[in-house]
Amino acid sequence: MLIAVAAIFIAGLLAPYLHMALKKNTVYLLALVPLSVFIYFSTFIPEIAAGETVRQSTPWVSLFDVNLSFYLDGLSLLFGLIVTGIGTFIILYGGGYLEKDRQLPRFYSAILIFMGSMVGLVIADNLLSLFVFWELTSFSSYILIGYYHEKEESRKSALQALLVTGLGGLAMLAGLILMGFVSGTFEISEMLSMGDIFRESPMYTAILILVLAGAFTKSAQFPFHFWLPGAMAAPTPVSAYLHSATMVKAGVFLLMRLNPALGSTDLWFGLLTGFGAFTLIMSAWLALRFTDLKQILAYTTVMALSTLTMLIGIGTEYAMKAAAVFVLGHSLYKGALFMVAGAVDHEAGTRDVRKLGGLRKLMPITAGAAVIAALSMAGIPPLFGFIGKELVYEAALSIPDVAVILIIIAVLANVAVVAASCIVVLRPFFGKEVETPKHAHEAPWLMWIGPVSLAGLSLIFGLLPFLIDSAIIKHTASAIAGYEIDFYLALWHGINLPLILSVVTVLLGVGVYFIWDKFQDSKGMQGYGTLFAIFPKKTYEALVDGLLKLAAWQTGILQNGYLRYYLLTITLVMLVAVGGTFFLKADMNWFPDFSGILFYEYAIVGVMFVALLFAVSIRSRLTIVISLGILGFSLALIYILHGAADLAMTQILVETLTVILVALVLIHLPNLSKEVEVSNAGKIRDAIIAVSAGALVTMLVLATLHLPFDDFISRYYASVSYTEAYGRNIVNVILVDFRALDTMGEVVVVAVAGMAVYALIKMKGIFNTKEEGSR
Amino acid sequence: MESLLAILGGTMFAGGIYMLLRRNLIKSIIGIILISNAVNLLLFTLGRTTKDNPPLIMLGETIPAEPFANPLPQALVLTAIVIGFGLLSFALVLAYRSYKELGTVNLDEMRHDPAPLKEEDK
Repeated sequence: MLIAVAAIFIAGLLAPYLHMALKKNTVYLLALVPLSVFIYFSTFIPEIAAGETVRQSTPWVSLFDVNLSFYLDGLSLLFGLIVTGIGTFIILYGGGYLEKDRQLPRFYSAILIFMGSMVGLVIADNLLSLFVFWELTSFSSYILIGYYHEKEESRKSALQALLVTGLGGLAMLAGLILMGFVSGTFEISEMLSMGDIFRESPMYTAILILVLAGAFTKSAQFPFHFWLPGAMAAPTPVSAYLHSATMVKAGVFLLMRLNPALGSTDLWFGLLTGFGAFTLIMSAWLALRFTDLKQILAYTTVMALSTLTMLIGIGTEYAMKAAAVFVLGHSLYKGALFMVAGAVDHEAGTRDVRKLGGLRKLMPITAGAAVIAALSMAGIPPLFGFIGKELVYEAALSIPDVAVILIIIAVLANVAVVAASCIVVLRPFFGKEVETPKHAHEAPWLMWIGPVSLAGLSLIFGLLPFLIDSAIIKHTASAIAGYEIDFYLALWHGINLPLILSVVTVLLGVGVYFIWDKFQDSKGMQGYGTLFAIFPKKTYEALVDGLLKLAAWQTGILQNGYLRYYLLTITLVMLVAVGGTFFLKADMNWFPDFSGILFYEYAIVGVMFVALLFAVSIRSRLTIVISLGILGFSLALIYILHGAADLAMTQILVETLTVILVALVLIHLPNLSKEVEVSNAGKIRDAIIAVSAGALVTMLVLATLHLPFDDFISRYYASVSYTEAYGRNIVNVILVDFRALDTMGEVVVVAVAGMAVYALIKMKGIFNTKEEGSR
Repeated sequence: MESLLAILGGTMFAGGIYMLLRRNLIKSIIGIILISNAVNLLLFTLGRTTKDNPPLIMLGETIPAEPFANPLPQALVLTAIVIGFGLLSFALVLAYRSYKELGTVNLDEMRHDPAPLKEEDK
């Protein structure tokens, strides 16, 4: 399976070169890649149908338990087949749709990389590698949505999709890592049987909310639903693939995958069913606010995703069945409809249903596919969508406590979907012919093969559901549930409540369609659109703008270009953070101890205080040099008084050099008195901060001196200095033997500084700005 | 004595910070000198001081005579003094060079672009 995933990625990377060599024929070769992976997955059907699962594992980053392990069961197999199956048609379709676009190779590359990520995502068994694939889909979809990168709207939408799903993904990563900590493994197949461990863990709520943040953003659930319609700026092949059948389903897929581990709790039920049901009704009717085919389809996609979210939340056997069937049904009809919308746009030059009509004569094949797919979306027998919708109704009725609310929501939402189905097929293809921006004719076969095949499958699976029920769908439902569910699918269940509701739904839906022209632009719908379509988007934009402003503001404050303010900030942070901690730890003892200090010691320190005072307050350069010299040499005296002969020697040598150097340089620099100095208030402020910092440092050192001292390392060096390194001066032995590498580094630093000094003195002036004042 | 050294080090540190916050490049460099001396002294103090034997091993012995001064902070401070000198010499020559090039030691006047903040600040 690793090879299958890698093959798609490699094909993606090679695509531009293939395009150079093969030109128009690239599309056939590239379509073979997902097709062969599709066939490869198909070979697993017998095994899965027999109730088995397949697991393959390759270590990747074994230190962190990240394995490239893959797991095939009913769920991942169904998704794998959908992704590669529709993917094959999308490559063909994209080859036709973007035939004249000079960026076509980039499309191939990006869509194949996306496809590889998506396949990896659905069959991953390791949560961390799943996350890597998850992020890869976000990343490649960013490139795909921003395909028309010269348009600002495309770039904005791409960034919006990336930010929303990326932030969700980040939250999800935290959730996944918590799951790993709780269960002690990152392999999903092992987690599936650990449901009780998760549910009883104190981390459960945190895990759930974090994981849901990832799933809801990816699958465009309220309040994150706005990015998906925005992503319609992508070329239609991308929308048909990413925004119907694959990427947006990743969130739902994750919920299905983790349902056995995290599901069956009140919180799970409440959050998923609640958000799902609300998004369901909200998005279905929002679809009717728009006249752009892709916008209508985008909102019905949000509706489908929320149906799935709600079903997973409901969690009954009916719901699992419904979810498994609905995933497949929706992928088939929505993929087809998006491709149809693209074909219409491509051939007629507009996607606005108000400007379209009567295309069935000009585009009969596309029209046929559209009719069948739309019937499936509307849930009309004998199409597969009908089976799906019936099951959704049954599932909504399967929890007695909330059955009434859920069924009302489900029916009302489906009424809108029926109306939307009518709009997307009746408006463009039926009625009288209207003048379109381009003179339409049938799309090339590359562009109708996909919709026709997918619509055909909707019909075949609807008529002959036994083809797939016990082979895959049953096992998909079982995998979502985490226990064996046995059932078969049938078109006809007898006259029961779901059937009656279906009839009602269709009748109401057609009714809504007939008043749609007035309804669509009514005051109520305008307000509704503003509230749920425009407002969330505006909120997002305001947040992003606010963030950018905040960043600019804090950069202006912190990186203001004044060295002293940088230092001031650092010092203040030290004062607050270190000082705050110091005083919160009330048991710190920092009382000084002045016992046993001799007279001459006081004298030395006293001299140093005076020298220090001179150094900071006097403006005469000579006085400053002398003060610094006194300070340095007194320091050497202190060292020598405390048994540090080497230190004292070094200090004297360095201090001598320093004094000479400072004196030499200061001669060439202007007198300090010439400098305009800051106001007294500024000086006082700086003095207060400096004294506070000094006091804090003093107290820290005093407090440390009160703590017990461990001289283990010093004693070790002292004891082996002669026996192992044959040196009698322990300090020297440490420097040149035990810590020789440090000293080596020190030598390098001094050598580099010396070279830099030489260069600075010898270098010819690159810019002499004394007069010109510019570089 | 350690307490006295701690106070001395802290005071030098305060003086160093104050000088670093000036807008005159020369004063900043004096600040660097003060701070590096202060830190060396404090590091030395933190290793605990003694007025007894230096960390030397007498002829005929294999270990130093007890009690002896802690050799480890001495080694660290020795390195720090040398590195500090490297830094200081570079900073001094840099100051010299920038004065030659730019004709000022006022840090605010050295910038090429107009100041992002208003000049009224203190």
